[in-house]
Amino acid sequence: MDVFSDPANRDVYITGFLWILKLTLAGGVGALVLGVLLAAMRVSPVPVLRGFGTAWVNIFRNTPLTLIIFFCYFGLFSTLGLSLADDIDLNNFWLGVVGLSVYTAAFVCEAIRSGINTVPPGQAEAARAIGMSFRQTLTIIVLPQAGRAVIAPLGSILIALCKNSTIVGTIGLMESSNAMKDLINANGDAVIPIFLVFAGTFAVVLIPTGYAFGWLANRLAVKR
Amino acid sequence: MSSTDAVLYDHPGPKAKARNLVLTIVFGIGVAALLYWVYSRFDEKGQWAGNLWEPFTRASTWSDYILPGLLETLKAAAVAMVLSLVFGIVFAVGRLSDHWWVRVPAGVVVEFFRAVPLLLLMFFIFFGVPFLTEQPMSIFWAVVLGLTLYNGSVLAEAFRAGVHSVPKGQSEAAYAIGMRKGQVMSNILIPQAARAMLPVIVSQLVVLVKDTALGYIISYGETIQLGVNNLSANFGNVVQAAIVAAIIYIIINSALTAFAGWLSRRTRRKGRAPRASGADLEQRTIEPGLGGGGGTL
Repeated sequence: MDVFSDPANRDVYITGFLWILKLTLAGGVGALVLGVLLAAMRVSPVPVLRGFGTAWVNIFRNTPLTLIIFFCYFGLFSTLGLSLADDIDLNNFWLGVVGLSVYTAAFVCEAIRSGINTVPPGQAEAARAIGMSFRQTLTIIVLPQAGRAVIAPLGSILIALCKNSTIVGTIGLMESSNAMKDLINANGDAVIPIFLVFAGTFAVVLIPTGYAFGWLANRLAVKR
Repeated sequence: MSSTDAVLYDHPGPKAKARNLVLTIVFGIGVAALLYWVYSRFDEKGQWAGNLWEPFTRASTWSDYILPGLLETLKAAAVAMVLSLVFGIVFAVGRLSDHWWVRVPAGVVVEFFRAVPLLLLMFFIFFGVPFLTEQPMSIFWAVVLGLTLYNGSVLAEAFRAGVHSVPKGQSEAAYAIGMRKGQVMSNILIPQAARAMLPVIVSQLVVLVKDTALGYIISYGETIQLGVNNLSANFGNVVQAAIVAAIIYIIINSALTAFAGWLSRRTRRKGRAPRASGADLEQRTIEPGLGGGGGTL
């Protein structure tokens, strides 16, 4: 553990995980908003909206995230000149957030749609019978119940998002996988402690998060 | 079209029809405007120039860059799939063991490798292990081992869920006719679990194919490395090459997803698949995982 007694190395470690945390939070918010919108589109009565949602899910779910992040950088930024911030790190961070959001939104959309399927059809029928519109049926009756059914899958998605944010390192952000690579290259005599600290941090945070979501899902489940 | 989807709204009357039409037109125009904006943006930067797209009509582009890359992708995916199946079965059986000294370490290994980002694992194997062994690490094996450890752990959980989904009477009957624990596992439980989880296993293959793309980051010569990086280095067409590569991935993975869906319908129709824990299992069987990190199964 000598490596981490050096304050410079500790800084590398902390910066790496701060970027991961920021990517996870920003990407998670983006993916949740986009994903709910896409799910609403996919169950809406308008065929164009449904088609748009379906196309989004099929395109982004089947493309590797590495390629999406690559495209965000080399396509959106380098070639098309879309700049999201003046600072180079911040720009890469936001490009990464865009990539993570559009990719993860496809999974959020599918999770919410399968949650909608767990709501008994009678609920929507009753809502319609008392004269609610599609929007009212969805936002007042169906989505709140679906939301409680999808806590566990959304938890898995959040955990995957956190792990996936290491891929933003491809475009040069000093997140924890890049930080670990640098430390390993500089301290060849301590590769195992370095790996255990980095991997261990993920494990220590994410394994309990998984169980917490499982517990929450059980607690909040709509008992039928 | 699910049951709830179909009842969320009424059959449109004249008013709803008019509203839907307006929405269709407004959103249609919105999408068209977005596409046009992308188009004009590409146009502005000269991205539609023929010489950027022309390489894809040449056979040499495909035979020199894209197909070799694709071959490497599929090779890594195939080897990793076989190894992770073995890993998955071994650790699933380990976690179900009666002896705590087998069950606990197997559980720790599975939980650990599911929680660690695959990229971190690949970096450790590729950059870190050579310091320990004092021998260079082959990139291919770094990619394959990383994929195996991660996907194997996910599959171990899938097999475990599958074993739990086999009705209890099956193993009771097997013990009753005098089978030992090992026999019950290998002759009765694992075959049924594998069958129940077949669609999950195929879905995991989609994740695996997508995750081979991580090999690009440690410069393994797969589809992105050869088909996008090297190709665009010669022709200066990053955007075009990335689009073509994305289409290739989408085709392969859609085919695998369709195969998984077909398998799950087929196993369901036969009515012999063990009754698993309801909707929970069903959802897993249809959705391919997230890749790069995957969901917790």
